[in-house]
Amino acid sequence: MPTRRTVPRTNATAIDVERDDGALDLDGAYRASDIGAVLAQLDDDLVGLAPVKSRVRDLAALLLIDRLRAQLGMDTQPPTLHMSFTGNPGTGKTTVALRMGSILKGLGYLRRGHLVAVTRDDLVGEYVGHTAPKTKEALRKAEGGVLFIDEAYSLHKPENERDYGSEAVEVLLAAMEERRDDLVVVFAGYRERMERFFNSNPGLRSRIGLHVDFPDYTRPELLTIAERMLAQRGYRFDDEGRRAFDEYLDLRMLQPQFANARSVRNALDRARLRQASRLVARGGMVTREELSIIDAQDVRASRVFSAR
Amino acid sequence: MRITQGTFSFLPDLSDEQIGRQIQYALDRGWAISIEHTDDPHPRNTYWEMFGQPHFDLRDAAVVLREMTTAREEHPRRYIRVSAYDARYGRQTTALSFIVQRPPHEPGFRLDRQQGPGRTERFALHAYAADRPADERYGD
Repeated sequence: MPTRRTVPRTNATAIDVERDDGALDLDGAYRASDIGAVLAQLDDDLVGLAPVKSRVRDLAALLLIDRLRAQLGMDTQPPTLHMSFTGNPGTGKTTVALRMGSILKGLGYLRRGHLVAVTRDDLVGEYVGHTAPKTKEALRKAEGGVLFIDEAYSLHKPENERDYGSEAVEVLLAAMEERRDDLVVVFAGYRERMERFFNSNPGLRSRIGLHVDFPDYTRPELLTIAERMLAQRGYRFDDEGRRAFDEYLDLRMLQPQFANARSVRNALDRARLRQASRLVARGGMVTREELSIIDAQDVRASRVFSAR
Repeated sequence: MRITQGTFSFLPDLSDEQIGRQIQYALDRGWAISIEHTDDPHPRNTYWEMFGQPHFDLRDAAVVLREMTTAREEHPRRYIRVSAYDARYGRQTTALSFIVQRPPHEPGFRLDRQQGPGRTERFALHAYAADRPADERYGD
């Protein structure tokens, strides 16, 4: 048999940017790693989220410099890439985690860069001895990419000390230590509850390198998001419709269980329903224009307005 | 006598890096990978013993390679093969299968002849390794 070698841990070959005088071409390294494009796309595709974007950019810069330092044989500690994303629902945590995978792949810290999103159900078993294999299975699927644990705080149930959630956390911790070089675990959830979750397990907090807080969207940002969502599906607001939706957001944001972009998406889905039934009820001829316009009437029929 | 079978039977044994790339190719196509082992070299021995469970929904070959290394450590004197199953409707068959480990010494086969009624003659392949009980074959 041929000699047994382990697979190389990173997919990226050394960045070939060394010049004759020993200096490294930072721009060349930046271009070669392809993160410029991913970061620009992150900027373009995601509305708002300025603090998140700057954290991601900082991290990308740090990782790039680390790579170059390693190439010159300078002392570098392998960075801890596990992250926690805290923020209210619908603030783009999953989307950013997805992008994070591509960035880390571009920099050679992950081989595949894919995202595996799981919740408590996928990690915690139903009976004794069921949890560890289940969690390991999820870790296997995520290897080479990002394991995104949504509502991670639900792994800790202080009121029930026989809960298997803590077992799942232990397995996760072991894997986070062992496979630090080709697996990134992202814990996501509401701010306060995540805080409590991390406090419950000090080992966890110390193994997480990057805490990113996702702010709520402002009203103009939500309006921009709504227009982009509509554009993606070939719809648009007319002027009245946009004004109505702005007012809708104003009211909806005050209501409980407002889930940012997710609520916007749902509101738009309902507006599309109403637009469709409006057109069908009217009957007769319909133009391309009419098929793509969401007007004030479609928005204002919402319960949010009638509750006032 | 070097046993050959499967996809790359006509090639020299693959290196671990080559194995990794074949596995990655299979994973990229959504095939499920399994690791099997045996110490019965007969060509009609189709169903080998599974090592662990088949791997579904993987994205990264490193997981399988790690499992393969464990299999080699546990069964250093057995044949080990990796097979990839394409579950797509209309195919539903093994899409790729190759040997990733063979015993250090392969003694080969004896041809047995058996005289039958009239002038009939029957042939059988007999693996020298199979003279010893299972798990003691391919010893020193």
